[in-house]
Amino acid sequence: MSTWPIHPLRGGVHPPECKALSNQQPIQSAPLPKQLIVPLLQHLGSTTEARVSVGDYVLKGQLIADSANLISAPVHAPSSGIVSFIGPQPYPHASGQLMDAIVIDTDGLDQWCSLEALPHFYQASAEELLDKIRQAGISGLGGAGFPTVIKLSPAPNQPINTLIINGTECEPYITADDVLMREKAPQLLLGIDILVQILQPENVLIAIEDNKPEAIAAVRGALQSRRYHVIAIPTIYPSGGERQLIEILTGQQVPSAKLPAQLGILCQNVGTAVAVHDAVIEGKPLISRITTLTGQALQKPMNVECLIGTPAIELLEFTGLQKAQMSRLIVGGPMMGFTLPSVDAPIIKTSNCLLAATAEELPAPPAALPCIRCGDCAEVCPANLLPQQLHFYALGDDHPQLQAHNLFDCIECGACAYVCPSSIPLVQYYRAAKADIREQAQKLAKAEHAKERFEFRQERLRLEDERKEAERQARAERLAKSKAEQAKKAAQAQAADPAEASQAQAEDELKRLKIAASMAQVALRKAEKQLDIHNTEELQSQVEQLRMAVEQAKQNLDAAKPAKTVNDGPTDDEIKRLKIAASMAQVALRKAEKQFETHDTDELKVQVEQLREASAQAKQTLDSATAASSTVSAPATTEKAAKAEFSPAEQAQKKAKIEVAMKRAALRKAERNEADAATLTTLQAELTQAEQDLAALN
Amino acid sequence: MSMVFIAVTALVVLSLIFGAILGFAAVRFRVEGNPIAEQINALLPQTQCGQCGYPGCKPYAEAIAAGDKINKCPPGGETTIQALAELLDVEAEPLDAVEGEKPQMVAYIREAECIGCTKCIQACPVDAILGAAKQMHTVIVSECTGCDLCVEPCPVDCIDMIPVASTLQNWKWEHPLPPGTLIATDRESLS
Repeated sequence: MSTWPIHPLRGGVHPPECKALSNQQPIQSAPLPKQLIVPLLQHLGSTTEARVSVGDYVLKGQLIADSANLISAPVHAPSSGIVSFIGPQPYPHASGQLMDAIVIDTDGLDQWCSLEALPHFYQASAEELLDKIRQAGISGLGGAGFPTVIKLSPAPNQPINTLIINGTECEPYITADDVLMREKAPQLLLGIDILVQILQPENVLIAIEDNKPEAIAAVRGALQSRRYHVIAIPTIYPSGGERQLIEILTGQQVPSAKLPAQLGILCQNVGTAVAVHDAVIEGKPLISRITTLTGQALQKPMNVECLIGTPAIELLEFTGLQKAQMSRLIVGGPMMGFTLPSVDAPIIKTSNCLLAATAEELPAPPAALPCIRCGDCAEVCPANLLPQQLHFYALGDDHPQLQAHNLFDCIECGACAYVCPSSIPLVQYYRAAKADIREQAQKLAKAEHAKERFEFRQERLRLEDERKEAERQARAERLAKSKAEQAKKAAQAQAADPAEASQAQAEDELKRLKIAASMAQVALRKAEKQLDIHNTEELQSQVEQLRMAVEQAKQNLDAAKPAKTVNDGPTDDEIKRLKIAASMAQVALRKAEKQFETHDTDELKVQVEQLREASAQAKQTLDSATAASSTVSAPATTEKAAKAEFSPAEQAQKKAKIEVAMKRAALRKAERNEADAATLTTLQAELTQAEQDLAALN
Repeated sequence: MSMVFIAVTALVVLSLIFGAILGFAAVRFRVEGNPIAEQINALLPQTQCGQCGYPGCKPYAEAIAAGDKINKCPPGGETTIQALAELLDVEAEPLDAVEGEKPQMVAYIREAECIGCTKCIQACPVDAILGAAKQMHTVIVSECTGCDLCVEPCPVDCIDMIPVASTLQNWKWEHPLPPGTLIATDRESLS
């Protein structure tokens, strides 16, 4: 067996391992809990949606939640039973917030659903295997819990040439991977075979820290003819960090903000490899995991294979929890884990350890003192950062400087805080600062998005206004056009027969008044008849009123008549009447004057004066009437005069005139309808003929 | 005499050359709009709420560029004031708002009470309300900026502004106390 060159990790610490506490016994099966709390989110990525409802009976291994989103992993029922609740439940998260979960009341039968195994995976294509892994809901069992299938499907132009299987398990107390390798080495190697089948890497490196000799021996023993490198690496914390392990094994540093896959390297946890084996060869989805239960507060610390969703308290009681002694319950290791907010929170896919520590074991951190700039933190930082510098920038909320000092390359391993002589909780500062920066970036992105939407809306409103304005203008133009056309038509009509339009108007008015007058008359007559029959005062007053109304109507009618006369020119009869009246007034005046000459009395004088006035009035009326008739409708008057003398000739003239008007109208119409030239010429000729006829008659 | 002539000629020639360069640069490197206002606008939260007294974030940005105060943006809060103070190199002032800084809000329509009048839709500056005439309206939570502008026009008062709930996704670690800020018991335990 060739030895693989390793590159020692720069930095790192050696905290007390305390692993012997839990790795002295074989893996035990945890008892089936009465209730399983299966959270809908157990991985990095988007949350899943429940595919069952309350009251459903589910079988072990049945799909109960999935998501259409790519970066997600389906969730399966860990045991058979009835779904009793779907909603917020305790969740292993530092915030202590609740998380939607499916609660299953187990029936104790632990009955599997039908499984589709694929034992001859050598014949399967990579797509088939990846689909199997996706359906099994596998996400990384090491720590972060990234959906495995995403990691295993790298970009097509980015082949993976080195597959690293991470069995380092560098964090103190945790021994889950250790015992897994000891007891499940054949399954682990088969799982690795499947990953190799998918990725076709050149090298396969199985990295195990040298504090696990039994595990190394077990894996080496199960290796057989496989050409995988089992590498014992020096024990140091945090050699198990993905980027740190890559550096130890290959000497390459993964650049900031890049993925190992971009260097052709892929890391998978040993637990994940075993889960892949179970999913492909046995068809079992990921419904259980090996979890270390350890700490001085437990009587029998051990590793258990427990179902996902088992409440932490049940496991702790199974291992003999001494509640009084437990000061803190930590999920994960003492370096990177967090305090579990509720003992009812369930085990999820990423829970590798429950540490029930006594107060002596993990004393409360002493109060932080100011930084003395000793530089110990910089020496132990495995990511080559400057922790104290970051600490000062974090204190001052100097986000640009934090980013310039690569805060986001910090893996939050806690080595700096571990060595800090001032007990400064450095990682807490970095976590808070990272969260702030992320939040601000999100806010900025949201602001940018809102701005885009706002500007788009403004633009849309502007376009809408423009469109409306254009429509309004078009409408106004249309209206103006039609008005102009009407005016033109009216002008034409007037030109054809100027008197007609106004005459028609006046006639209409007159007709209306006539009707009103006759209606009033009829009403009066009816009332009078009634009065004849029943002679009451009421009726009398009514008749009186009606009579007045009739009088009014008649007056209105009379008032309208002169208006008509003015409009259309006084008729001959009118003028005649006026003439007679005028001459009669004249005659009366003369008579009176004569009388006045013979008998000069005051009475006569007044009479003469009155008559003179009346005569003058009559003359005036006559004059104005004749003047109106000559100015307003001189032709009509002449015509009418002519009519009085030569009626037939006048008739002929009128006919000719109508003929001319009709011809003119026809020509206009043809012109408007854009008739052909021949028609126009004919019409023109006809019009000329008609005009000539009219002229001849005149 | 000739020295004077040479000096004058040299200066005239130089002035002509530099004048030409400046003239060319003024045309070639002309900047459209006000770059400072653009930078200020990028720092504002773009809620378009008008609480600063201007009809939107951009007009306020332009006003700041023209010399207005930087502390009139309640949705942005202290963070925005700090960022603006840094950008413009002026003194940061406390927020000029009656209620002070408010948490991030989101509009919520009590849908049973909505009469479908579309007034809130017309008021929303970012088109975050969905609905039609005589149809129930609802807020697209991911697009809502929490600007309050939809609350006023609602004739039946069915819109509430509620603080954005803390979820696992937006939860933040707490800031630890700065080192050295010890309380009495800490001092005792140390000594």
